[in-house]
Amino acid sequence: MNKTWNNKAWFMVLPVLVLVAFSAVIPLMTVVNYSVQDTFGNNQFFWAGTDWFIELLESDRFWEALGRNLIFSVIILLIEVPLGIFIALNMPKKGLGVPFCLVFMSLPLLIPWNVVGTIWQVFGRVDIGLLGYTLFSMGVDYNYVSNVSDAWITLIVMDIWHWTSLVVLLCYAGLVSIPDAYFQAAKIDGASRWSVFRYIQLPKMKRVLLIAVLLRFMDSFMIYTEPFVVTGGGPGNSTTFLSIDLVKMAIGQFDLGPAAAMSLVYFLIILLFSWVFYTVMTSHDGETGKGGEQ
Amino acid sequence: MAEITFDGIRHSYYPDPQKPEDFALREINHTFEDGGAYALLGPSGCGKTTLLNIISGLLHPSHGRLLFGSTDVTDLSTQERNIAQVFQFPVVYDTMSVYDNLAFPLRNRNVPKDAVDAKVKETLEMIGLSEGAHRKAQGLTADQKQKISLGRGLVRSDVNAILFDEPLTVIDPHMKWELRSQLKKLHRRFGYTMIYVTHDQTEALTFADQVVVMYEGQVVQIGTPAELFERPMHTFVGYFIGSPGMNLLPVRTEGRTARIGDQSVELPGAAPDLQGCRIDLGVRPEFTRISTTGLPVQIRKVEDVGRYKIVRAVLEGQEIAALAGEDEALPADPHVQFDPAGINLYADSWRVDLGA
Repeated sequence: MNKTWNNKAWFMVLPVLVLVAFSAVIPLMTVVNYSVQDTFGNNQFFWAGTDWFIELLESDRFWEALGRNLIFSVIILLIEVPLGIFIALNMPKKGLGVPFCLVFMSLPLLIPWNVVGTIWQVFGRVDIGLLGYTLFSMGVDYNYVSNVSDAWITLIVMDIWHWTSLVVLLCYAGLVSIPDAYFQAAKIDGASRWSVFRYIQLPKMKRVLLIAVLLRFMDSFMIYTEPFVVTGGGPGNSTTFLSIDLVKMAIGQFDLGPAAAMSLVYFLIILLFSWVFYTVMTSHDGETGKGGEQ
Repeated sequence: MAEITFDGIRHSYYPDPQKPEDFALREINHTFEDGGAYALLGPSGCGKTTLLNIISGLLHPSHGRLLFGSTDVTDLSTQERNIAQVFQFPVVYDTMSVYDNLAFPLRNRNVPKDAVDAKVKETLEMIGLSEGAHRKAQGLTADQKQKISLGRGLVRSDVNAILFDEPLTVIDPHMKWELRSQLKKLHRRFGYTMIYVTHDQTEALTFADQVVVMYEGQVVQIGTPAELFERPMHTFVGYFIGSPGMNLLPVRTEGRTARIGDQSVELPGAAPDLQGCRIDLGVRPEFTRISTTGLPVQIRKVEDVGRYKIVRAVLEGQEIAALAGEDEALPADPHVQFDPAGINLYADSWRVDLGA
C-alpha cells in the first residue's frame, strides 16, 4: 500500500500543544522544578534531589492528612451516591414538577464554595447559628469548633447538602433517557420494582454513575474551601485535609520545596485512584468485544 | 390461548372527550380469532400502537370492555393477562446472559428451577439461539436482540397472544426476511395468536391472514390481503395498499353512468342516490389500461419498474396511473379504459355497493 506521508498535518495540532503547554505543562514543570530544589528566597536555589519526597513520605503529618482525605471521600461517596440515586428515582418524569425539581436541585450547585462554607459556619454556630443554637437549646452537646466528631459531621452534612444534587442530576439524566419500552417489557415479564431497578435502571445509569463517582471522588479528595472556612482544619488537625495542609506548608510556612513535592504526590494519588475507579467500573464492558449500546 | 374480543372499545387521551376527533381510537367491535395471524396496518399516529397497548394492558381504554375468551380482562394488569409483546426497539436486559433473559419472566413467576431450564432450552431452540446462550445479551446484533425479546414472550407456555409493535424497524433488510419467515413458521407450528403492527404494507400482507387497516383512529377495513386489494372499503385502503395506489376521480353519478368532467364512464351497476355526498370513482392502476379507445388522456411520464411500466397520465385535469406491459407500445393518441371488474364507487370516502 502506498500511503502519502504528509507531516505538515502536525502544524494543525500546534495551537493545542501551545495552549496545553501554557495552561498545564509549563506550570506543572515549575512545580517539578521546586520539588527537587531548596530555596531560602532571593531566588537562590540548591539542588535537593528526592529529599523532599523522602521527607514527605516519611512524615506522619502527610499520611494522617491522606487518611483523613480517604475517610472523608469514602463516607461522602457511600452517602451521596445511594442518596442521589434514590432521589433521582423518585423525581417526577413529566409535568410541572420536573422544572421545579431541577431548579431546586441545582441551587446548591450554584452557590460559590466559600459561601457554602460561610453558610454552614454560621448555621452551625452555637451562639447565633440556626442549627447550632437549636441543638444547644435542645440540650445536645454540639460544637464543631471544639469537638472532633461534631466537626466531621458538620463537614460531611455540608458536603452532602452541597453535592448530592450533582449525583441526582446526573442519575436523573440517565434515567429519563431509558425508553419506555423497557418498563413496558418489564411489566409484561412480571418484573418486581427491585428487578426493574437492578436490571434496567442501574445498568442504564452505569455510565452517568461512573462520571458521578469520578467527579465526586476527585472533588472531595481535593476539598479545600469549605472545611477551610468552617473549621480551618481544626479542632487541632482533625479536619486538616491534604489540600489545607498543602496551603499551610506553601503559603503559611513558605516551604516551597516540600509543598511542591506534596503537590506532585497529591496529584499522582488522585490520578491513580481515578484510574482505578474507571478501570473497575468499566471492566465488565469489554467482555463481548464491541459495545452493544445503540 | 383465547380469542380476543373488542367490545365497544374507544380510547381518548383527553379527560373529557366530546367529538370523535378527541379519540385516539374510535369505537371498535371486533374479535381476533384464536390462533390467527393479524396485522394492524396504517400510517404513523393512526392508533395502531394504542390498540396494541390496550390488548397488552399497558393502556386502560377509556370506554368499552376487552374480553379474552369469555373473561373480561379490561381491569387486569399486564402481567395477569399473559401477553407477550415485542417492541420496535429490541428490549434486552443488558447485564444478563441470553439464557437469563429468557428465564427472567419465568423466575418472576416463581416457576420451579427445572421447569425454567427445560422451557428456556426449548425456547432457545425455537428462536435459534441455542449456541451462545450464556453470552451477555449486550453485545448481540439487533436481530438477535429482537429474537430474545420474542423469546421472552414465547418462553411462557400460557401466553394468550404475541403482540408485535413494528418489530423489524431496526433490523437490516436481509435479516427482515429471515425473521419474518421465522415468525410465520412459529405461527404455523405453535398456533399462537399473533398481532403485528406495521406501517409497511409488504410486511402486513405477507405476514397476516387478516389485515386490519387503520386510519385516523378508526378501523377502516378488516380483511384478507386479496379483499383489501380487490374491494377496498375506504378510499384510504385503496390509496395505502398497492403501489401505486388506487386512482380516485371525483365524479357525478346518474344511474349507471359516472361523469368525470365532460367524459362519462359506464358503472358495473346502478349507483344509489348519493345526494350531498362527495363521490369518487376508484380504480386501481392494475385495472386501468391505456389504449386507443376510451377516455382521452395526456401521458405525463412513464416509469419503467421492470416487469411492467407505470404510466402517469392526466384525465380531465386529474392525475391517474395505469399499468402497461413491459414491451407494450403506447398509442400516439392515448385513451384510458377501466376494467369494469375493478371499478369501485365511494361516497364520502366509504365504498358504495352498486346495484344491478
